[in-house]
Amino acid sequence: MKYTQHNSPIHEALLQHKKNRVVPFDVPGHKGGRGTPELTEFLGIDCLKVDVNSSKPIDNLIHPVSVIKAAEELAAEAFGADAAFFMVNGTTAAVQAMIMSTCKAGEKIIMPRNVHRSAINALVVCGAIPVYVNPDVNHKLGIPLGMAVDDIKKAIEENPDAKAILVNNPTYYGICSNLKEIVKLAHQYGIRVLVDEAHGTHFYFGENLPISAMAAGADMAAVSMHKTGGSLTQSSFLICQNDVDPGYVRQIINLTQTTSGSYLLLSSLDLARKNMVLNGKELVEKTLDLAKYGREEINQIGGYYAFSSEMINGDTVYDFDRTKLSVHTTEIGLAGVEVYDLLRDEYGIQVEFGDIGNLLAIISGGDRYFEIERLVSALSEIKRIYGKDKVGILNHEYIDPEVAFTPQMAFYHDKKSVLLKESEGHIAGEFVMCYPPGIPILAPGERITKDIIDYIVYAKEKGSSITGPKDMTIEHINIIDF
Amino acid sequence: MELWYSEHHTEHVRFSLKVKQELFNKQSDFQHVSILDTIEFGRVLTLDGCLMVTEKDEFIYHDMIVHVPMATNLDIKKVLVIGAGDGGTIRELTRYNSIELIDMVEIDPLVVEACKAHLPQTACKLEDPRVHIYYEDGLKFVRRKSDEYDLILVDSTDPFGPGEGLFTKEFYGNCFNALKEKGILVNQHESTYYDAYVEAMKRAHQRIKETFPIASVYQAHIPTYPSGYWLFGYASKHYDPLKDLKEEEWNALGLKTKYYNTNLHKGCFALPNYVKEQLNELD
Repeated sequence: MKYTQHNSPIHEALLQHKKNRVVPFDVPGHKGGRGTPELTEFLGIDCLKVDVNSSKPIDNLIHPVSVIKAAEELAAEAFGADAAFFMVNGTTAAVQAMIMSTCKAGEKIIMPRNVHRSAINALVVCGAIPVYVNPDVNHKLGIPLGMAVDDIKKAIEENPDAKAILVNNPTYYGICSNLKEIVKLAHQYGIRVLVDEAHGTHFYFGENLPISAMAAGADMAAVSMHKTGGSLTQSSFLICQNDVDPGYVRQIINLTQTTSGSYLLLSSLDLARKNMVLNGKELVEKTLDLAKYGREEINQIGGYYAFSSEMINGDTVYDFDRTKLSVHTTEIGLAGVEVYDLLRDEYGIQVEFGDIGNLLAIISGGDRYFEIERLVSALSEIKRIYGKDKVGILNHEYIDPEVAFTPQMAFYHDKKSVLLKESEGHIAGEFVMCYPPGIPILAPGERITKDIIDYIVYAKEKGSSITGPKDMTIEHINIIDF
Repeated sequence: MELWYSEHHTEHVRFSLKVKQELFNKQSDFQHVSILDTIEFGRVLTLDGCLMVTEKDEFIYHDMIVHVPMATNLDIKKVLVIGAGDGGTIRELTRYNSIELIDMVEIDPLVVEACKAHLPQTACKLEDPRVHIYYEDGLKFVRRKSDEYDLILVDSTDPFGPGEGLFTKEFYGNCFNALKEKGILVNQHESTYYDAYVEAMKRAHQRIKETFPIASVYQAHIPTYPSGYWLFGYASKHYDPLKDLKEEEWNALGLKTKYYNTNLHKGCFALPNYVKEQLNELD
């Protein structure tokens, strides 16, 4: 059968499967929802009826030959890639598959420090060595930017044996590096370019947006369809092109991915792809309009700074994703995370994250002006009621790490627990993350400095969620025990 | 043939009116607007299938939302009305010569158009020179105002739909900011008889109480609203609705009203125990 972008092969096969009224003597044991009535009432019978196991008419994610294969081919076409893989274990799995497909133990990978923890976790699994590029920092906003082309050039020249370079496109805050130039540079040295496009799905479907990884010539990209593309949470795409061998990538994915891929997730990817191909242009246009409106209104309140493309500087902010509504808050005397908490606790508004100086609201085609209006009004109220003079809010988010051990060696080495305040000079045995946005302050194998200790204490005081250490109160930290 | 209009008051309770004729039926950008001519209640306005106003009992709602605050402060000059596309609230306000300006903010022009054409009983004073109609989101309008009004009336739909933003803490805070030093806020406060509305009502009251130093709830009997029993919220920066009632002065105005009187004013703040319990105000 010849499928087009108007088709959704997995979804269509599931509809047919439902009509066939097959008697299930296979898993799942809820048997179309009959076995768990309360769950069925909660999620709906239609949902439970298509929560089925792989079988011939609906293909198998481990080794797709029919409808999943067709759906993956349509997805590849939609993203302008050579091959696409349906991922049911989050973009985390997609990022890890990219790294593990290109780097083996002891091989080097160049990456910005502000990578998602999934990337560093991949290094723990595969034993590759990170070469960090210091992302530029906007000191006014206290946020990491993109990587400067010259810094990447330097990293490549110092490490010409690196196998891959990982780029965030865009960052959580919507900042893009000069991807085309990075690809050109890396390919001169035979280095593969992997793009963490967790926050850039919409780049493939809308107009007036930064360039997508595939269009820029990158080799692989991890695309979080569930973030801005409309599929269910935990579903994602891994796409590739150029000389990447899709058969090898599939093997790598199958090392860790479930053998019981959820058809709810798979069909959501299938339908979200179709929706974005057919309606993405209008949805993105609407998103841009809503974000622009929100930004203008928020900037009119005074004190807040909702930043946008005026940040573009030709290098470390090569482009900006204007669908993101990022708001700098410290001028009203409140940390981003304080405003984030007030919005949720006092106003019933949940935004994506708050860090020391900023908060981020995710806008999509599913939003309406009503909701934007509520956010703007709540921010205006928060300023009126809780605003104070700008206080000495620590305007620093990036601390250059000193990598003493590879993440894998450090992860498996014997460790002991010491008081955080007495850990200066030791080598960290575990992650310390400020979450969200999930950028490591420390990764296993890195030297603990006074700046790092001060920052952790401060972020904790400000109510950020610090994760990683076994000691949930972060009074203690695990260090490498020599 | 019999034509009936039914509203679901809960999933399991229906309220039905026998319809003579459908007069207006259009979908706007916000909601479905329709006006029906019914046998018992005369013309009725429905939004998204929910009954808003009937010719037969609208006097109760409009008397109670307007005269309670007006009799508490006879010096009210500038009024902001949010919602109220049917015009009934405006009609009652225009009876006070002391009022100099009425800003009305209605999100949906189609409601006003429909009511002007088919509900003249309520829409009759929308052309009064003191009335200025703005078609925009009430939340957005009020956010831009500061220290401007003596009275804000929130004549909104239910908190599920276009009126949702008018039951939020940010809205009440914005109203506080838009009111003058002694301002009063009165809002349509839903009912608590059916469980589905209890949470929304409780939350609204809680949020108003957090925002205004004086906040209470009063009641009225409105036959066509779910359970026939309805609440209004009264909040002020200064005026207590009972202690500051200007009984003689208001009666001296000689306004003829069909539901409201100053004795009823004094009684309507006395609530049944089950409502007090829901409001957490049982003695």
